[in-house]
Amino acid sequence: MRKISLSKLPELFSAIAKTSALYLPVDTKAGAKFEAWAVGKTLSNALNTVRSAKDFFFPQTENLMDFKVEGKNIELIDTRKECEDFVLFGVRACDVKSFEVLDRVFLAEPQDTYYKNRREHALIISTACNKPQETCFCGTFGIDAAEPSGDIVTYRTDDELFFDAKTEKGKKLLDALSSITEEADEKAVDQQKALIRERLQKLPLKDLKTEGFGSGKTAEFFDDPQWKELSSACLGCGTCTFVCPTCQCYDIKDFDTGHGIKRFRCWDSCMYSDFTKMSAGQPRLTQLERFRQRFMHKLVYYPTNNDGLFSCVGCGRCLAKCPINMNIVKVMKALGGREDA
Amino acid sequence: MQEVTRDALLNKALELLKNGTVDRVLGYRVGEFSYDVTPAVFENEDALKKDFCWNSFCGANFSKYLISETAKTEKKLLVFLKPCDSYSFNQLLTEHRFDREKVYAVGVPCGGMLSGKDLREKVESVSDVSVNGDKVTVKTLFDGDLEFDFETLLSDRCKNCKSKKHVAYDELLGEDGEVLDSHRFDEVERLEQMTPDERFAFWQGELSRCIRCNACRDVCPACTCEKCVFDNPNSGVQNKAAADSFEEKMFHIIRAFHVAGRCTDCGECSRVCPQHIPLHLLNRKFIKDINSFYGDYQAGAEVGSRAPIVNYTTDDPEPSEAVERGHGNA
Ligand code: SF4
Ligand code: SF4
Ligand code: SF4
Ligand code: SF4
Repeated sequence: MRKISLSKLPELFSAIAKTSALYLPVDTKAGAKFEAWAVGKTLSNALNTVRSAKDFFFPQTENLMDFKVEGKNIELIDTRKECEDFVLFGVRACDVKSFEVLDRVFLAEPQDTYYKNRREHALIISTACNKPQETCFCGTFGIDAAEPSGDIVTYRTDDELFFDAKTEKGKKLLDALSSITEEADEKAVDQQKALIRERLQKLPLKDLKTEGFGSGKTAEFFDDPQWKELSSACLGCGTCTFVCPTCQCYDIKDFDTGHGIKRFRCWDSCMYSDFTKMSAGQPRLTQLERFRQRFMHKLVYYPTNNDGLFSCVGCGRCLAKCPINMNIVKVMKALGGREDA
Repeated sequence: MQEVTRDALLNKALELLKNGTVDRVLGYRVGEFSYDVTPAVFENEDALKKDFCWNSFCGANFSKYLISETAKTEKKLLVFLKPCDSYSFNQLLTEHRFDREKVYAVGVPCGGMLSGKDLREKVESVSDVSVNGDKVTVKTLFDGDLEFDFETLLSDRCKNCKSKKHVAYDELLGEDGEVLDSHRFDEVERLEQMTPDERFAFWQGELSRCIRCNACRDVCPACTCEKCVFDNPNSGVQNKAAADSFEEKMFHIIRAFHVAGRCTDCGECSRVCPQHIPLHLLNRKFIKDINSFYGDYQAGAEVGSRAPIVNYTTDDPEPSEAVERGHGNA
């Protein structure tokens, strides 16, 4: 365990930035956002960023390849750039868990090499949540905000930041920072963990349970009459899917540049009218079916295909951003995630 | 400040259900927290009594829901309209977007609304909010109770409220207000005074945050096309990729043009944007220009009016004049 005084954070960031690119949450007009660190940028105090950290591995849009057309010749151009090592600082427990959810999709065979490339070059420095919010329910999915995963886990007290390296990669970086950090014992961190756990107990959603959902429950929930009411006000905007750290659907499209083709991948959303549209048409005809897809995927389909793991991490972003305030918590409560179970 | 209580609305709804004036009620369902209310249709008395809610977070504009909620049904729907909603109500009627016969509208006076989204950016870990007159008490999980003046928490669009007067209703709860001098063009004027480069940089900065969720379009009562061009894979301008900042500007400018003369300035687009983009400023620029070129016009002020830009009169300024008048603030 190492530590550094909070007053020395700029030094810390500049030291990390010397080893590789560093991204951290900073405050912007539109809320906290991960940005590349530069001298003068300060760490946001916000609990979480508006957009999740998935953007680093699964960007909203990316160029997959180009085709150059000249006469009868088509040239294929690999647009991939060699990814540089980078450090993501200040990732919360829920978002770290979301990487595992994404890994199971993108790193399953056949592996998504674009995703894999970025994943392998990242070092995650997570931060325990001193002040969880009323919309947080990571605990529902077995995530402990007092003990996030990551290559290095950090804890923040009133005046110091503590580092606990969890992987070889993390240890190596921490060693490289040894000249500006000092040795620390566990005491302050244990106290901090206790404080966080006490706070987690005060969260209004702490008793939300996943019991009842999970693997093999499709038949039980698919035709539930409540989907109609739950989905009735949904605008189909997809904001919930765009801010969600675990939403992973994408589309691949060709853009005609006039002298060739840009093949790009971009986020898609089950909330949209043309999602998974096929030659036979759109399989989910109304917003009810689209809405149902999002929650069934998180609570039933994904766990069915992934050893029971749910693909919601309880980050609360969809609770915060839905224009009509419909979200996974309301769905779970309505369909039977019993609070008292 | 809340002008009318939940009970007043609930009793009105129960009365109208009972005497057969309406069959269903469009209202708000309580949420997990006081600020996360959801629009919902209540089908009977029990459902209303259980979950009906009316508080200072009930800001969403109900008018657009009337399109889907009056289609394919003969049932009559009760809708509660704030003054700003009533303009959208008229505008939709002008465009023949819903059947007036199937709706019973009750006007609700409005003292301004709060925004849960904005509140949560000011206060951490909100556990409850209560409004007492012009004071708001915000209970927090870890920092005790905080007290605010209602004015300081007022949502952005309500700070520039254009009218407390209802322009459509069958029945009014309480007293009606007046059309206000809203200063809503002040910010537009500030933008007009910028140099073109400054203004370009301003909009570039704002619009580059757009994630193309299209929430602004989806919520907009003026955006009611069955199939939006930006959802059409054959259009060549489908949304999906926020491919470059040019795309985003295209989307917003095209949308602003499309709603020009029809936008009532209800403020929903800016309210729902998860990225805090001040979309209302684009629309207000159009409204302001229409006012200055063709005389004051408020979309939705009455049913059946023709927006000046789709109406020809011999007094219309010639294009050259318009360019002249718009010079320096195009
Ligand atoms: S569904 Fe909502 S709470 Fe769950 S991970 Fe996604 S954004 Fe977070
Ligand atoms: S649930 Fe909310 S955020 Fe998601 S698509 Fe519907 S209205 Fe938009
Ligand atoms: S709501 Fe905001 S982020 Fe979404 S498309 Fe509109 S401007 Fe862009
Ligand atoms: S453009 Fe914005 S302000 Fe105008 S009618 Fe649509 S949602 Fe309302």
